[in-house]
Formats: sequence, C-alpha cells, structure tokens
Amino acid sequence: MISGCAERGLPIEVVGSGSKRAIGRPMESAVTLTTTSLRGIALYEPSELVMSAGAGTPLSAVEVELAGRGQMLAFEPIDLGPASGGPQGAQTIGAVFATNLSGARRIQSGAARDHLLGIKGVNGRAELFQVGGRVMKNVAGYDVSRGLTGSWGTLAVLTQVTFKVLPWPEASVTIVFLGLPDDIAIELLCLAMGQPFEVSGAVHLQAAVAERLDHPGLKSRGKSVTALRLENFANSVATRKQRLKEGLRVYGNALELDNRESIEFWSELRRLSVMPYGPSLLWRISTKPTTAPKLVAGVKRYMPVKAFYDWSGGLIWLEVPATDDAGTAEIRRVVAIHGGHATLIRAEPAVRASVEVFQPLGPAVERLTRGLKEAFDPAGILNPGRMYANI
Amino acid sequence: MTLTNLPEPDQEVVARSSTIIKDLEQLVARDAVISDEEGRRAFEADALTAYRQMPLAVVLPQTTEEVSKVLRYCQQNRIKVVPRGAGTSLCGGALPAADAIVVGVSKMNRILGVDYENRAIRVQTGITNLAISEAVGAQGFFYAPDPSSQLACTLAGNIAMNSGGAHCLKYGVTTNNVLGVQIVMMDGEIVELGGPHLDAEGYDLLALVIGSEGQFGIVTEATVRILRKAEMARPILLGFDNCEAAGLCVAAIIGSGIMPVAIEFMDKPAIEVSEAFAKAGYPRDVEALLIVEVEGSEDEISRLLSYIVEIVMPFDPKAVEPSTSPEQSERIWKGRKSAFGAFGRISDYYCMDGTIPLARLAEVLPKISQICANKGLKVANVFHAGDGNLHPLILYDANNEDEAQRAELAGAEILKLCVAVGGCLSGEHGIGIEKRDLMGVQFSEADLNVQMRIRSVFDPDWLLNPGKVFPLEMSEKAGAAGSRLRRFPFERIA
Repeated sequence: MISGCAERGLPIEVVGSGSKRAIGRPMESAVTLTTTSLRGIALYEPSELVMSAGAGTPLSAVEVELAGRGQMLAFEPIDLGPASGGPQGAQTIGAVFATNLSGARRIQSGAARDHLLGIKGVNGRAELFQVGGRVMKNVAGYDVSRGLTGSWGTLAVLTQVTFKVLPWPEASVTIVFLGLPDDIAIELLCLAMGQPFEVSGAVHLQAAVAERLDHPGLKSRGKSVTALRLENFANSVATRKQRLKEGLRVYGNALELDNRESIEFWSELRRLSVMPYGPSLLWRISTKPTTAPKLVAGVKRYMPVKAFYDWSGGLIWLEVPATDDAGTAEIRRVVAIHGGHATLIRAEPAVRASVEVFQPLGPAVERLTRGLKEAFDPAGILNPGRMYANI
Repeated sequence: MTLTNLPEPDQEVVARSSTIIKDLEQLVARDAVISDEEGRRAFEADALTAYRQMPLAVVLPQTTEEVSKVLRYCQQNRIKVVPRGAGTSLCGGALPAADAIVVGVSKMNRILGVDYENRAIRVQTGITNLAISEAVGAQGFFYAPDPSSQLACTLAGNIAMNSGGAHCLKYGVTTNNVLGVQIVMMDGEIVELGGPHLDAEGYDLLALVIGSEGQFGIVTEATVRILRKAEMARPILLGFDNCEAAGLCVAAIIGSGIMPVAIEFMDKPAIEVSEAFAKAGYPRDVEALLIVEVEGSEDEISRLLSYIVEIVMPFDPKAVEPSTSPEQSERIWKGRKSAFGAFGRISDYYCMDGTIPLARLAEVLPKISQICANKGLKVANVFHAGDGNLHPLILYDANNEDEAQRAELAGAEILKLCVAVGGCLSGEHGIGIEKRDLMGVQFSEADLNVQMRIRSVFDPDWLLNPGKVFPLEMSEKAGAAGSRLRRFPFERIA
C-alpha cells in the first residue's frame, strides 16, 4: 500500500486508533492507514522486564497484561484523548511511542523514549526495517528507534515496538500542600526533587484547575493543590514521607493521600481530566522548572490562563480562551523569553490550519528535520504536514 | 589483531599534508595543532591498542568557534576528521587515519554552569565523566552514567558511544541523562539541540546524535541531568555452584520490585584471577559470584538486603555475605573493580561487549567457553548481569600473531552467538572498527540503509570518523554517493 501511494505521491494519514487525530495540523489525505490490525503481544518476559507488542495493540491491553504480573509502564503515558475530544483509553502502544507522551513519573523514571528498546516499521519507501532490539543495553548502530519517538508518524509506520517495563511499587503515598501561589509551589517541588527520596510525581494545580479534581477533599477547598508522590516498598514510603514532610514544614501542613487515594489522584492526572474538552484552547509547554511560574505569569499579561504544572514545573498544561490565532504570537513570544517550546494541543481545525501547532524550528534544526523526512519518506506521503508545513 | 581492513588513505590528501597543517595553524591557536611525529604518536591508537595509525595532524581546539573553523575548512577541502575525547574507546572509535586529522576536545573541559534547583549542569564536553560528579558531589549530587574508564573518559566520548556503566541498571545510560547539546556540524554550523528542559521539540535529534560514534558532528557543550545521591549504598555478595542458578537469581531479584543500582557477575576463572591479586576474600569453591548493590537509608538498605537474602535462598547459594559496614562494602567491591587490572597482570586480554536476554545466560556462558576452547584460548567473564551486558575477557598473548588472530575470531563468534540468542553486538562500547564488519549479522541491508541515510543527512560527504560503524564496502559506496550528491544535487542516494 505504501509503495503504491509513494509511486503516485498519494498522502497517507497514519493512525493507531485515531484517538489523537484532533492534534497537530489538519491534513488532507485520500488514504488512511491504521495499525489497529497489528495487535497482540509478541513477547513478554516479566523476569527480564521486557515486552514486544504489535503497534496497534491497545495501550489498555498492554497495561492489563502487565498488571497481571505486577508490572507497569513506568513512564505513565498520558491519555490525550479526552482533552482533545477523542475517546478515552483508546490509544495504541505504537502511538504512545510515536508521540512520546509521558506522564507524571517521567521526572523519576524517564520518558516514553527512554523505555523504548527497539522497533519494526515501514518507511515511506515501503522498506521494512528494524532497529534496536529487546535487550536493555544496545549501542549497535545509531539509536534510530529513539530517534523516531515524537515523529508523529511522519517518518515511518511503526509495526512493532519493544519496550522496557517495571514492577509496580508496593506502596504509593502523596503529600499535598494547599493554597500555595505558583512560584512558591514550584520552589517547593524543586526542593523536594533535590532530596534523596526519589519523588516520582511533582505537580501543582492552580485553584481553578484543582476544583475539577474528583477527589472530594481537594476539589472543594477553592485552593491550589501542590502534590508530591512517593512510591516504593511500604516501609520506605512511610519513612521517606515523614522526612520529606519535615524538610518542607515551612510550606505549611501537608495533607496525605493514602495508597488508594494516591493511585486515584495520579490516574486522574494521567487522563488529563483536569483539562477537559471544551471550547477553550490547550497548550503544552516544556520549559525549565524554575522559569515556569514566570512564563505562565508572562502569558497571563495577555490573556486569562489556567495552569497545571507537571514535572516539577518542567511541563505546563495551559488553558486559554479560544481566539482565532490561539494566542500563538503572544505565547511563543513569552516562551522565547524564558526558553522552552510550546505545542497547541486543542483548537478548532481552522485554527490549527492557520497557526504553527508545533514549535517552529530554528533554521539548522529545520534543515536536519527536512533531511530526515527526505531520508525516510522522499515522496512525502506519510502524515504530510501533520507537524510542519511540507514535512 | 589485524583482521579488520582499514580504509586506504587518500594519497592526494596525504600529499597536501604540509599545506593543510599550515592552513590549520592559521585557523586555531598555533600550539593547538600537533604535526610533529612524536606528538602525533600519542594519538595513533585508542584503547583498542592492536590497531594503530598515525593521523595526518592533530588539532586540540579551545573553543567551539575553533572547532567550527576547523570543520568548515575540512569540509571545503575534503579532509576527513576523526573526533576524539580521551581516546579510551575499546572498539577503535577514535582510531585515526593517515588522510584524516584528529580533532580532540580534551582542552575544552570547563564547567559552564550548575543549576541545582533544576538539577542540571552545563559543561564543555572535554570534561572527564568523573569530574562532573566531583563538581556537584559536595552538594550531594552526581552524574549517573559511570563507565569504568570514568576517571579518564570524556563526556564527548560518552555522548558519541552512548556509554553505560555499572550503575545504569537503575539510572540509565548516557542518552537517558543528556538534556541538550551544542554540536558543530561538518560544515561548521553550530547547532543547539534540546536544552535545559526535559523534552526537545520536533524530532528527537538528540537521540540520533547520542551514540552516533562521532559521525554526525562534534559535540562541544552539553547540558546533563544531575541527580541527588542516595544516602548510602551497600552490596551483598552471593556465591553459587553453578552459573545457571546465578542467572535465575538475577532475574528473580529484578522481577521482585527491588531496583538494585548494580548487579555484577563474575565466573570462576574471573574469581580466581581477581582473588590472586586483590585478595578480597571471595569464596573460592563457587562457580559464579554476584555482587548486588542497593541504595537508601541505613534502615532501607538493611531491609532490602534481608529481602534479597529471602529471594535468593531457593536458588541454594553457597555464599551469602551482606555488607554491614563501609569497610566490608569496599572489600566486596575491591575484587570486582580490580578484576580487569588483575587480568592485565597475567595476560593480554580482549574485552568483548555483547548483550543477551538474561534468560539465555545459563546457556550462553558455557558456549562462550567452548568457542574459546575451540580456538585454544581461555576466557573469563566479569559483567553487568542486571542488563545482560556480557564482558567476556579472552586471554591471549599479543606478541603471538596467530593467537591474537584466534582471539579476534573467537570474539566475533561470541558476538554472533549474542545476536543469535536475541541480543546485540554491543551493550556499551560501540561498534567502531572492531565490530563494523559484523553489523550485517544483526541488521539486514534495508536496516543498514536506514541508518546510513541518516548519516548522510548529518554529514553528506561522509567525512566524519570514516571507515567505522558500517561494513567498509558499504561505507565507501555511500561516502562516494554522498560526494556525488554534492556535485550533482539532483541525483538521489539509492
């Protein structure tokens, strides 16, 4: 199919389940290629912490299989479906890696890209290829599999992914501080990340975002929520929690979420249900943690904002009112001042067609990006224009 | 060891040597160019010492701008460049060529900024791996990847090879710990990839650059993650009367939810040689020995070590020695850490670096011994068991040409075995020239084409680190195609 399209120069929309279809620049394509028939777990060795699955295998199926052996995907992939108007829990494992979407545990355990060991795929030349493998350490050849993460199907169609998994921690506990302003909250999160307690989640939700939480004790307070997660053996978690709280006493008294509440709280964040689908726009901004509050304050000078800070502040989910240009000029200007990059996650197709959805690239990086596109997909048929015009 | 063919030097370039050296001296500080024979001699090999070649000249720039000027000049004049960190590569990754200049980053070794709040440090890449950890150690932080050459090896070399180390079981390898780089492309352009933030925008170019063995550009600065050190760490020593039990035990520990920072394995020949030298008090009546190290507070470590004892009991260990003091920890590690040195005292050895799925360990180790025995050679195994990264040490006499060749042949067979059981050619050393011709064992032609096309994107004329990573014939063909593409831009590389 790819070779046929390549010969005719027919653009192909490459999707898994299509749950993230409303993200990126809108594409016009005659043909859609879904990987959903490439499903099934090809290999699972719990004692080696490794799994291979067809790219079209639903993430939920992967996670059910892992949970059966007390294991998980440590990078806690977030589900952009609900926030972007797509279905919840539908995404495929291939798409998780193709978009490199990682959740709160990314700060402790690494991103999706860090857990990918190998792939099989088909490039725009209709060549089947494989890179990487199934072992944890592998420097044979260039790291092409990792290089394909975050390419949103524009370089190759993934057919099989092999990745690292980890055991579920025995216990999870979350400590919560209420009512801190953004800058103090981020200071607290950074301080906690610098302690030897292996904090595995560090988030701050502004009051207007926190009120969307399901947790009854947190949603109704009318206050911002700053939360830190500890995961480990139960004994360790108990001791570390005490020591962490002592070290952070100057920030006020902390509430505690027990194991069950803690798991529920973080799975809510994982679904991004605090940024629900609606007419407002949603931006995803990556920056240095300590500059995050300044960046958000900078955008606020131009428009009302609601912010959810993940990764100790290094990742900002920013909700802004709908406008024709999505506030692109102002947001990109502020991001340029503070460093980092911004992606428009949710907006009407007409808006996504008229503005740069992904962070515009500098000239050298753009040249390399075009070079890679040419190397993998010279006819430009795989998800053309999904990330950047003419790429 | 001379089984690997090296590319024929381009005599036309060699003939221009004196002009090239004069030109280089105009571009950089005069003492940054080394052209005398004695000076160049120091750069004729890396840690794969069996292969030696004198470079045309050596340049040791002090700034990124100097690197840029040198690369631009070389690109314009079609001169090949061999990037070099500290020259500790075990696969010939920094082996020079007679028609190439060596560009070393060792003089660029400054720390440019430490940011504890955001847990990152910006450095010039000529800094040694250990110096990064030392710079932030007083504040309780460290840089995680720790190759055993960390005292000497540079971050530049670590980035080129995506180096690992004993502690990467928990903390990942270089690519998991680098946030951003400044890279000088072959045409002299200085490019920033990534930054102090966690995810880079667009394609993951950083992932491609890390592990590209110096073939995509020269990385002169990097921002790397620093992590808070655990309060303390302590090992437990475990002995088994067969390798299979030791292998199963590794799998059981990893599957239990404990995340040890290291699981090291030594087989009987390794234990014997190490004991004779280091006298660490290892049990002598066992076939395999594991050192498992865990981290945390005093209480946590005691609990984790007791838990490990519980896990290993069903595997009938012949020795169980959890460390209870810093002195005991030091002694337990002493034998492992001095193992390579101990072998160096009794014999020359060839250190291999294949990775296998852990479950195949019990089957692979005897086969490795058999392969070596068939070539009339002895082998010992000291390696990172947690991630299946084998380091068979093939013992041979470097002065005996025949024996050296047999060692190289045995090494190739071992790597083929690693691939056959589902593993790979290299876990952390890289391909270099050493394993170049085995790439076809692991990859199909289509797989290699995908990789070679990426190389052409970064270095269209294939001038950087020539003759490495890919089988020579394929390299030369692709390099020639790259040059043709430059001259006739409408022609596509097949």
